[in-house]
Amino acid sequence: MSALPARLTRLRIGFWSAICAVLVLLLLGVTVMRFTRGLGAVTHLSDSFPWGIWIGFDILCGVGLAAGAFTLTATVHLFNIERFEPIVRPTVLTGFLGYLFVIVALMFDLGQPWRIWHALIFWNPHSVMFEVAWCVMLYTAVLALEFSPVVLEKLRLERPRRLIRALTTPLVVLGVLLSTLHQSSLGSLYLIVPEKLHPLWYSPFLPLFFFTSAIGAGIGMTIIESYLSERAFGRRLELDLLEPLARAMVVVLGVYGLLRLIVLRGNGALAGLLHPGYEGRMFLLEFGLGVVLPVLLLSFDRVRSSRQGLVTGAFLAVLGFVMNRLNVSVTGMEGAAGTRYIPSWMEVSVSVGLVAVGMAAFALAVRYLPIFLEPALPEEEPAGEPSPGI
Amino acid sequence: MSAGLLFDSTKCIGCGACSAGCKEQNELPLPIEEKPTAYTWTVVENRDGAFIRRLCMHCLEPTCVSVCPVGALQKTKDGPVIYDSTKCIGCRYCIMACPFGVPKYQWDRVVPVVGKCILCHDRVKAGLATACAAVCPTGATLFGDRDALLREARSRIAREPERYVDHVYGVEEAGGTSVLMLAGVPFERLGLKTGLPRQPLPLLTWQVMSRIPDFVLVFGTFLLGIHWITRRREAVRLGEATPPPAPPSGPRRGRLRSLLRRLLAGRGAS
Repeated sequence: MSALPARLTRLRIGFWSAICAVLVLLLLGVTVMRFTRGLGAVTHLSDSFPWGIWIGFDILCGVGLAAGAFTLTATVHLFNIERFEPIVRPTVLTGFLGYLFVIVALMFDLGQPWRIWHALIFWNPHSVMFEVAWCVMLYTAVLALEFSPVVLEKLRLERPRRLIRALTTPLVVLGVLLSTLHQSSLGSLYLIVPEKLHPLWYSPFLPLFFFTSAIGAGIGMTIIESYLSERAFGRRLELDLLEPLARAMVVVLGVYGLLRLIVLRGNGALAGLLHPGYEGRMFLLEFGLGVVLPVLLLSFDRVRSSRQGLVTGAFLAVLGFVMNRLNVSVTGMEGAAGTRYIPSWMEVSVSVGLVAVGMAAFALAVRYLPIFLEPALPEEEPAGEPSPGI
Repeated sequence: MSAGLLFDSTKCIGCGACSAGCKEQNELPLPIEEKPTAYTWTVVENRDGAFIRRLCMHCLEPTCVSVCPVGALQKTKDGPVIYDSTKCIGCRYCIMACPFGVPKYQWDRVVPVVGKCILCHDRVKAGLATACAAVCPTGATLFGDRDALLREARSRIAREPERYVDHVYGVEEAGGTSVLMLAGVPFERLGLKTGLPRQPLPLLTWQVMSRIPDFVLVFGTFLLGIHWITRRREAVRLGEATPPPAPPSGPRRGRLRSLLRRLLAGRGAS
């Protein structure tokens, strides 16, 4: 790396650090409010609208955007497509931070977060929320173990590292299983409200939709995060790796989009889109901008192999994913609730502040831990040996 | 017996004694609010001259009981759907999911819990009527066995068909409820949800949840199988490129064979 980009990098980090600091201060202030005045004082939640953006964005999106981790670990370790190895570590880190983000957000959202351990001893296997709780808990543990080789490597702890490496396959299988359950169960949360969720989003296939769209968004996040890492840390973009990922994303999003259209044709909601109301317009925005457009764009070789095209497509896919989750949790529920829900500035500042903390944690991890395996260290691993860590 | 209530809107005069009785029985803070809240578990609403009570319907297969991750809500054998505030973590899934919009939250508290009608469970256990039924001056709210109340409701409709809408609300709504209602005007005019599914809503999630163990088994095996195949393929590919590494399976296979032989021999002997 030459001197000039390094200086630029430092400047940019200084700017973002300042913004980050402001957001964290806000977050701390609202945190005090939240735990001294209660949910009613800081949120716009009510008995008619009990779940807001802390569920719709922090939980539903946080978990979904972490889906890159299980997708990539499965690709590399189960399907043995090892050329994606270099981006596994940053993706697992994203997943891990994403799940920590979800847990912290849950601490804000739960009425009595200090009782979160109740899910461990008071069981109700009929509850999707029970399944969600267990999946969050177990998969966070799996992600921590999957990420641990990076830390152990830094600390030069060889024996535990070898132990974790021996456990790689069971861990990855467990991770994929838990993720599949968890991603789909977030959709299952809404299966029980057929008379509340708008037919543009309600479907018995919600678990399948949540699962497939999360894979799409997880891949999208992997691409975006590679791009951001390039800008922030002066790394080169692994276009040769990201291009096939984008191709996979096109297929996943395409299948997902078709499935949704088939279901909408089946339940008759498609006809209503000719004269779209509030929900219809939100759906068109979500589906057009977040599914149709990225699939069309990234179908072109030229777009996929250009850095701007790739990142634009991935960004649209992630945006579409976030819009979908917010539409399911907010837009689609407003009609039945009989009220509009607009989050308070304090709700927003918690969500934004936590994202900022997550990004700062990512930056710190990159600075102090061997996250990005530079290809300039060929003597580290002999070519044939199974990959060192996740 | 499974307890229930029969509320006859045509007999209600809107005096609000039920709300007051409820407050007293359940030691809820005053005042009596206009709409049900975590502190006011039942109210009487005046809808164009017709009175309607708002309270928990005490579903036969309650959505809230099914969604609660920690089992804080339970349907008792006696009929009431009760709430254990010491288990509740405050996820508010019950509030989000209840088809009748019944559970309410203490949004103003730092340590909040859910509030909802529990059909005076202690009184019901002791063989007493609920407070609201006990204080009702006109008999608009009747307490009793649900089956008996349903027969009573049907015979009232049969006796005075011009007085009632020909439907007992709660017979089949969301799979049926322990609280039944009669009215002289269509139920949607009273602000009650009509068009609810006839089957219990928990079935919708249980159809998915009940398949999880099988799914984990099959999908887990599939993933391990994929891994096994791709690993094997990789090993074969490497084996073609470089001289084969000493296979550890040689002696083991021999050991397996001898084990097998011993096993078969043992079987022949017995």
